[in-house]
Amino acid sequence: MLMWLKRGAMAVVILGVFYGLGRALEDNVIEYVLRIVLFCGINSILAVGLNLINGTTGQFSIGHAGFMAVGAYTTAYTVMHLSEALFPGQAELALGQTALVFVPALVLGAVAAAFAGWVVGVPSLRLRGDYLAIVTLGFGEIIRLIYNNSSRFGGATGYSGGRPLGLPIYTNFFWVASVGLLVVVLIGNLTYSSYGRALEAIRDDEIAAEAAGIPTTKLKVLAFVVSAATAGIAGGLFAHLQSTIQPNDFKFDKSIDMVVMIIVGGLGSVSGAVLGAFFVGITLELTRDLSEYRLISYALLLILLMLFRPEGMLGTRELRIPFVNRSKIGPA
Amino acid sequence: MMATFFQQLVNGLSIGSVYALIALGYTMVYGVLRLINFAHSEVFMMGAFSGYYSALMLGFDPAHPAEFGLLRAALVLAVSMIACALLGLLIERLAYRPLRSARRLTPLITAIGVSILLQNLGILFFGANPRPFPMIVPETRYEVGGVVLTNIKLLIFAVSAVLMVVLHWLVQKTWTGKAMRAVSVNLSAAKLMGINANKVIAFTFVVGSALAATGGILFGLDQAKIEPLMGVLVGLKAFVAAVLGGIGNTMGAAAGGLLIGVAEQMTAGYLSADYRDAITFAILIGVLLVRPEGLFGSSKIEKV
Repeated sequence: MLMWLKRGAMAVVILGVFYGLGRALEDNVIEYVLRIVLFCGINSILAVGLNLINGTTGQFSIGHAGFMAVGAYTTAYTVMHLSEALFPGQAELALGQTALVFVPALVLGAVAAAFAGWVVGVPSLRLRGDYLAIVTLGFGEIIRLIYNNSSRFGGATGYSGGRPLGLPIYTNFFWVASVGLLVVVLIGNLTYSSYGRALEAIRDDEIAAEAAGIPTTKLKVLAFVVSAATAGIAGGLFAHLQSTIQPNDFKFDKSIDMVVMIIVGGLGSVSGAVLGAFFVGITLELTRDLSEYRLISYALLLILLMLFRPEGMLGTRELRIPFVNRSKIGPA
Repeated sequence: MMATFFQQLVNGLSIGSVYALIALGYTMVYGVLRLINFAHSEVFMMGAFSGYYSALMLGFDPAHPAEFGLLRAALVLAVSMIACALLGLLIERLAYRPLRSARRLTPLITAIGVSILLQNLGILFFGANPRPFPMIVPETRYEVGGVVLTNIKLLIFAVSAVLMVVLHWLVQKTWTGKAMRAVSVNLSAAKLMGINANKVIAFTFVVGSALAATGGILFGLDQAKIEPLMGVLVGLKAFVAAVLGGIGNTMGAAAGGLLIGVAEQMTAGYLSADYRDAITFAILIGVLLVRPEGLFGSSKIEKV
């Protein structure tokens, strides 16, 4: 009881710090820089989630942009309808009101993405290696094409909530930092729990894991569903950072970007995924001035990094993550 | 009604042959290296552009395409095949060979890197806008029972069929082909048998890239325009074709390419062009769920 009180107080303090920090940043830092930080934060959520299935469990998915799309569209759709139902006719919402609309919408986006992950995962996870990869790619593209052809969500022109102003811009430092920390702590603790050890066993040798009594199919689906849910949350945050979301925001390249982040950071490392997400985000931004040489230099950097540091920045090592106790179950 | 069906069939088979030619490159590289060579779709694009430039250099005049002559058209094809073979060699040497002993995912990232690099070099040098492809073989149209056939489509079938037969002979009947098959079964055992694995792998890239170059030129002739990002979707579909046929299996890749070509044209003709790309993936998922090793792939028994 006392422990929960302490934890609750801790959470309130952290949220307060994030809120204050966000206000301070918004007042003092150029909007452009802040936007990059927000994008990097959202990328981190994507990367940490994808790392759970690709890095920890070793089941290669290159279709996570599809789950991100499900989360983005569901969150945006829920926000538009919920804010109309709770606060009709009100253009601007106060922080408390925003939370009342945004939190359930994000949760619903995560649930929808998790459901999509379950639908995709149950049949596909029977496949291994590259076959699994290509099937997830296929499902990701199909999800995108469904949104592309649905009139409810605006088809190829995208969804802007059915109003000229577009989607409300809720996503700011406070939301990205709070949700990001929550995701990192949850996934970090999952990775370094007995479940995580079982997932690593599946990665290292599926047959041996099965022989040791690990329910491999069940755990693979679990990891896939959790991973899809985090992609959905990231999608929801992403949607409310722009005024419109389009099916083309969730193309196959987006899934590839996520894979690049986790491999550059160090496959299997939670902190590596965050580092990789920031590395990719910042590199792409810093090279923006090079205009047509931008992606050329990005590609060269990627190739050189892999040639000279094939294990990624951190390898499988882990930086200290707040609120994640890795010592509970002994050394790896 | 039947005419529509046959028209879509002809269109599907011709685009499918192009997919098949590219799929062969994916499947052969996968066979020897267990690597999805993402850069292959950009080799295909470079093939189309080297065809474009060599045709212009050989004096192609858009006003009088008939004067170009078949000999020079064949020369364009040869130049493009050689250029892409060299490009394939270069990619293998610089981006994949140093990572031969690294984890499998690492070369995948360099492959993606090379792919992004070539796309953007293409945009830089060729410009992002589509260009009309020189019709080095002037188009003649025939009508058979309401179905429009062109000599280009017939040429695509003929060239693809010949190349596939040659490839089949190469893989099944020659010493090099035997070495390729040996490397794909077991790399280290093949090395122990005195096979120079590096040479065999390099040769695989040469052959695959030359086929992709042919695919690029045939695609250019069929679609009449080319652009630096043309490889993305075509390459993806060709890769799906390779997986569909059972990756590592050359005949499967050819069959998969034709199947996908026909399926997408039929979808475009009878359902809606919007779902043309979705059908490719729907078929893939359906097939893999029933036969995880692909249509013609052989399943491996797992041993502990």
